[in-house]
Amino acid sequence: MTLAKAFAVSLLGLSGTIIEIEAEISSNLPSFVLVGLPDASLSEARDRVRAAAHNSGLALPGRRVTVNLSPASVPKRGSIFDLAIAVAILAADGKIPASSVSNFIHLGELGLDGSLRAVEGILPAVLAAKQSGWASVIVPIQNLAEASLVEGVKVLGAGNLAQVARFHGARLQENNLLTAAVAEPAEKTSEPAVPDFADVIGQDEAVEAAAISAAGAHHMLLIGPPGAGKTMIAERIPSILPPLTNDESIEVTALRSIAGRFRKSGSLAMSRVRPFEEPHHSATLASLIGGGAGFPRPGLVSLAHQGVLFLDEAPEFQRQFLESLRQPLESGEVLVHRSAGVARFPARFQLVMAANPCPCGNFAGKARACVCASSARMAYLGKLSGPLLDRIDVRLRLQPVSPAQITLARLGALQIGRSSAELRERVIQARQRAKQRLAGTPWEVNAQVPGAYLRRHLQIAKDVVAPLNLALDRGTLSMRGYDRCLRLAWSSADLAGRSQVQPEDVAKATLLRGGDGVTSW
Amino acid sequence: MNRKQFLGRYGEERAADYLKDLGYEIVERNWRSRIGEIDLIANENGRIVFVEVKTRSGSDFGHPFEAITLEKVARMRRLAADWCAVKQVSGIKVRLDAIAVLVNGGKVSIEHLKQVF
Repeated sequence: MTLAKAFAVSLLGLSGTIIEIEAEISSNLPSFVLVGLPDASLSEARDRVRAAAHNSGLALPGRRVTVNLSPASVPKRGSIFDLAIAVAILAADGKIPASSVSNFIHLGELGLDGSLRAVEGILPAVLAAKQSGWASVIVPIQNLAEASLVEGVKVLGAGNLAQVARFHGARLQENNLLTAAVAEPAEKTSEPAVPDFADVIGQDEAVEAAAISAAGAHHMLLIGPPGAGKTMIAERIPSILPPLTNDESIEVTALRSIAGRFRKSGSLAMSRVRPFEEPHHSATLASLIGGGAGFPRPGLVSLAHQGVLFLDEAPEFQRQFLESLRQPLESGEVLVHRSAGVARFPARFQLVMAANPCPCGNFAGKARACVCASSARMAYLGKLSGPLLDRIDVRLRLQPVSPAQITLARLGALQIGRSSAELRERVIQARQRAKQRLAGTPWEVNAQVPGAYLRRHLQIAKDVVAPLNLALDRGTLSMRGYDRCLRLAWSSADLAGRSQVQPEDVAKATLLRGGDGVTSW
Repeated sequence: MNRKQFLGRYGEERAADYLKDLGYEIVERNWRSRIGEIDLIANENGRIVFVEVKTRSGSDFGHPFEAITLEKVARMRRLAADWCAVKQVSGIKVRLDAIAVLVNGGKVSIEHLKQVF
């Protein structure tokens, strides 16, 4: 046979296209032609495949080899096609049965020695294969755990090209077989340690605020002097969020997969812990929002999907980045436009921002004097624009922890009554309560509920909302602020296990909401 | 004659025998001009066939045909033109072929590619 086909997947963002790889061997002097819009790293596949095949005991034919990647109009990149190109050629050369090869999707990069190497984006590629109706996929052995997360597809792992060829029926001397994947949902044995709220001294108000934010998935802004514990509290929020569901975890793992996160940990297995991403303020816009040269890649906002995006020293970030957060905050996704196409990355995260009250950091402290000019103070927090702050329900000012509290804690005299496990249990129950209340609506958590729906459908006793109505009448509370108070009051009630909002919930909400602007309070 | 030259000569003998078996008439062997050499020139029913022969023992260094580069093909075309000029023939049909002779533990296999450009 001089013509054979194999199949692989080309990814653009999270969505994949099945690529048909045709190989033709014609009787002419040896050459290797690769057509079908390959990028530079894919064009190099020619040399990798030739060497890998030779070193696997399956030398390519001494003839002209033409490989076509179709549909030719879809841009393709990377080394994920190596294996499929190699098996297509070997099938065209009659070294392995073409009928067996075309029953599988082949994914993976080849080394010159014939080894099969892990690649980025295996999970979304296998998902795409499943959606296109493919039943079996062959992947590099290091990607096996990740690929096996997809249910309903037979996933096989291979360590080198020779194993794959032998699996398809090639006659080769050695006899080590393909390792068949048991498609068990690979529960990771050692989850990374997440810090616990039990370590936080004092700051009961802030811990309560964090719990309410977690219950309603409210975005949060913490303003306080250095050492008040802003970062400590933010880092601990994932520890009280409900665990990821199966579908959420697959989505999160898919994003990590295309970002190449497996290179850090060796392999990607399913994690139940919600992501926590903490970009430094010097990060580029493309690394935060998503981007890349030619081909779109997910940014940190997408890696924080279903988890927490923490911006420490938020006013230090480029204004352009802070403003570009508005799209994902609004729609829960990011569109990245590049020459190869438009990729849609999910980015539904809980935003937690921390800021000093002023450039010197001491404005809130009672004991320490602030040396900043008032104009500098205005400019500093003014970087957080109105439209951005509009989307943030909880804005809390933290006071520094007093030396007395620290001493008491050191002596063990302070009661530590709130471990993360405890808080998390309350948050899970609060979210369930909200979910039941919002059954039949497109929303699941309080932060998503629009004001109009809140006011019309979720009745609160008149005397309970009376203080809010009064403030609204007096003009000290805006309509938006009013809605934010209602959302927070519901989250507070959910967290306390109440089915109705009580006056104390409204009071808490008013406290957590802060002012309408940042600089005004 | 060293081993390599011997192997090359041996391969050319086998290629010539092969072409004779196919009914070709061998016109020249190792015809040289100032730019190089044509291994075999044969006549197939009036068509002049210029043949490059590559011989290998074992395949550790790739297929013999892989050693025939584009430059080599280009030089063969110039050599073919030279031959026609020297022999003062024109208006004839010509063809460039490549023959690979693989010698592997006493077994000899021959591959023949016609019209290699």
